[in-house]
Amino acid sequence: MGILTEAEAKAILDKVIKLSKADECTATLSGAINGNIRFALNNVSTSGVVTNTELGVQVAFGKRVGIATINAFDDASLERVVRRAEDLAKLAPENPEFMPAVGKQTYTPTNTFSEATAAITPAQRAEVAAKSITPCKQAKLIAAGFLSDGQGFSAFANSNGNFGYQKATSVDYTCTVRTEDGRGSGWVARNLQNVADFKPDTEIQIAMKKAADSADAKALEPGKYTVILEPAASAGLISFMMNYFDARSADEGRSFLSKKGGGNKLGEQVYDPRVTVYADPSHPDAAVLPWDGEGLPRKRLPIIEKGKVASLQYSRYWAQKQGKTADASPGNLIMEGGSKSTMDLVRSTQKGILVTRTWYIRMVDPQTVLLTGLTRDGTFYIENGQIKYPIKNFRFNESPVIMLNNIEELGKPVRVGDDESPFVMMIPPMKLRDFTFTSLSDAV
Amino acid sequence: MHRRDFLAMTGLTAGTLLVPSLYGRAVAAEALQETIDVKVKKTLADAGLNAATASGASYCDVRVGRYLRQFVITREDRVENVVNTESLGAGIRVIADGAWGFAATNDLTTDAVAKAAKQAVAIAKANAKIQTVPVKLAPVKGVGEVSWKTPIKKNSMDVPIKEKADRLIDVNTAALKAGADYVNSMMFLVNEQKYFASTDGSYIDQDVHRIWVPMTVTAIDKQSGKFRTRDGLSAPMGLGYEYLDGEAKHKFTDPAGVTGYGLSYDMKEDAIAAAKHAREKLKAPSVKPGKYDLVLDPSHLWLTIHESVGHPTELDRVLGYEANYAGTSFATLDKREAKFQYGSENVNIVADKTQFGSLGFVGYDDEGVKTKKWDIIRDGKLVDYQAIRDQAHILGKTESDGCCYADSWSSVQFQRMANISLEPGKKKLSVADMIKGVENGIYIVGDGSFSIDQQRYNAQFGGQLFYEIKNGKITQMIEDVAYQIRTPEFWNACSAVCDESDYRLGGSFFDGKGQPGQVSAVSHGSSTSRFNGINVINTARSLG
Repeated sequence: MGILTEAEAKAILDKVIKLSKADECTATLSGAINGNIRFALNNVSTSGVVTNTELGVQVAFGKRVGIATINAFDDASLERVVRRAEDLAKLAPENPEFMPAVGKQTYTPTNTFSEATAAITPAQRAEVAAKSITPCKQAKLIAAGFLSDGQGFSAFANSNGNFGYQKATSVDYTCTVRTEDGRGSGWVARNLQNVADFKPDTEIQIAMKKAADSADAKALEPGKYTVILEPAASAGLISFMMNYFDARSADEGRSFLSKKGGGNKLGEQVYDPRVTVYADPSHPDAAVLPWDGEGLPRKRLPIIEKGKVASLQYSRYWAQKQGKTADASPGNLIMEGGSKSTMDLVRSTQKGILVTRTWYIRMVDPQTVLLTGLTRDGTFYIENGQIKYPIKNFRFNESPVIMLNNIEELGKPVRVGDDESPFVMMIPPMKLRDFTFTSLSDAV
Repeated sequence: MHRRDFLAMTGLTAGTLLVPSLYGRAVAAEALQETIDVKVKKTLADAGLNAATASGASYCDVRVGRYLRQFVITREDRVENVVNTESLGAGIRVIADGAWGFAATNDLTTDAVAKAAKQAVAIAKANAKIQTVPVKLAPVKGVGEVSWKTPIKKNSMDVPIKEKADRLIDVNTAALKAGADYVNSMMFLVNEQKYFASTDGSYIDQDVHRIWVPMTVTAIDKQSGKFRTRDGLSAPMGLGYEYLDGEAKHKFTDPAGVTGYGLSYDMKEDAIAAAKHAREKLKAPSVKPGKYDLVLDPSHLWLTIHESVGHPTELDRVLGYEANYAGTSFATLDKREAKFQYGSENVNIVADKTQFGSLGFVGYDDEGVKTKKWDIIRDGKLVDYQAIRDQAHILGKTESDGCCYADSWSSVQFQRMANISLEPGKKKLSVADMIKGVENGIYIVGDGSFSIDQQRYNAQFGGQLFYEIKNGKITQMIEDVAYQIRTPEFWNACSAVCDESDYRLGGSFFDGKGQPGQVSAVSHGSSTSRFNGINVINTARSLG
């Protein structure tokens, strides 16, 4: 079935709500057509298209909740999925933290859909693979990459009269280019809404240059260094930290945002005053759906304002218990910066290290959000404003909280994608002092 | 598995209206006890095989799968979520004109399966145009109609939800009484009903069961603002609900007084211990960084084996097929030829898909190959990799290792990690005796933070419990420990492995690989082992 129009989606959702005999009912309908192509060793390895449409029904009797889903939409199927959710709810234990469905909301549509992305064909995907592979073959380099594109719609309705519908598209491209002898490796990644903005033949040159330039890496002693993190290199660290902005964990005393003696650090100066992070569903370069998973309307939400914690994430239950307002969960993260590019930051650096990418980031200590991970696919030594030579990869042990107190300069934010982040992000390149590398890695 | 999927599933983030679609549709608990008639599955499979062959496939396999999952998620005195999911459909893989093609359908009619088979052939023929080397499969002899089932005593899906919820709440209550401030506990139960048929003449019906009961206990010191957690010391297992019987004969009490668990788990006992440990951690002194001899408990060592031996010996990584995501491997083919000294002579590592209680235990893999046990490292030397049917010839082997797996009927099967385990030492050696020989060391129990580079050289591991060893004796609990290794140096520093009386399994329910990503469950066995002169860092930081 794939993509339904607003009228088609509403017709199905209205039927579901009418069928329910529970105290309340919320129905969500989503559909997507996702395509991909994967290549490795300069050959296409797999490609495919998956189409799916699914209806989810959540009902409640008092504080007992049942959920059922189905991917058939005839009247008998709709009746069956509603009854099944109701049967499950009757058997479910009471949830003392149950919150009733949201009331009728007003959503401001955001620009999340691109016709060009929705119209991608298998031939276009093959062309992206070819444009990645061909120049690598010619330069005796080896490409491995993945292009994933999708168009989808999200719609929902509840028994309080709330309704929402919007379409969205996305394109994710990553490519790792290695030298034939395995001594050099480069990488490029792009996350976009509109495939018309994607130029694979230009992008692949970034990975190819990094692969060629990173061979013959020298070993530097681990220690504290001034670093320039490309936007993709800090995105994983920052989004990891944002997962710990939960108000309840902070109030319970088990977060880096808990206060000694009780309470949380809302309003406190936790970062350098140059750090400002906000969410904005309407951001022109990083638009996301205008509601969150609970149906709360997303608005521009300050998260860190001039280094102070400007908001914490309250679930609807916790907000009610604490007498606070629950804001919609952010779908994007926008970090403010300056106007300089990564290379501008390099030019103003006397001695430092340029990091293309960070990888395998894991929590070491939630008390301080100490994270560990490694540099990968292009790490370089900078001297007197110039990239001098490639260096071996490092393992780092660093807290993004400490890192964002050690800012030398921020550059111009760009849209980045990250494998492990649930957010669309705009992140600036950063020049930071005293970034902690704890050991060398022989990996290329 | 991606962190965001896990967080979404366990209800730790807002917006948990729907179960993630990767787990299929939500169903009523009673539906988890149903099965599909094997005759129906054979009819569907034959429809696929015949259609593929008629369309020009030289090989075809059809997997008709019904994947059932149940999650029960609790915190303190309440059940946060109960989710039952079912995913049902058929995946058809073919070779035509020397290339692979794959298609899948959730419409289980003979017409739909035949149509998908034809689609798979069309995709294979299209792929053949850009493929330079034709697929070469290691031979497999058809086995006719056979069946296999995980040897369980109690089917978890038959146990009422209420019993499961009550058990978890009882566990949480015990932890709270013992001094915990917060407790999160869960049950993840899996039943894969998999039917495999191929043009080699195999019709294999398998019923695979797995169980995992993770728990995290938190203790808080409000005055200092410090908090510490201790995770449960259970392992995900290829067992039924009987795993939770807590049989005394499967308990292991170590020289630090910590109880570990083998083929049976006492969750309540562990929760009480976890609460005491979490409180003790709040006051434990911080480690002095430096070189230490590490004594690693099986509940910890499994993860080090997984990352530093399991992944680098996956042949597709070695060859470069995973270069853009998981990475490649330092254990290149020339190293096998040169009998590379991966570890000391104490290090013998086997791959085994036939081990009782393990997550990877099945009768046949997802391309119909009978499972087996084989050597990866023998007397410290790298001797083999993990390969499937279309890779065996690259190693000069005449048969697949039987480690092919797909996480759903809709995912294409590919090489996944077998259970990779360290063999116990042949000489009698207890943990207590091992510790007696350590002058300056740290004893580590439970798995913690883990991170490793894309070629599997440099890794860092934390743990749950750390004990200082001075002059052959455990002196005190310490905190803020992580060790950093370079894989070959680490395994060559293995100076002793305890005997088989200490052997236990650990494992992962959600080992991720591939693009689009797939998860796989895998176990790793070991006895407590000693590694000399390993670099330990202090992970304590101050936020001012």
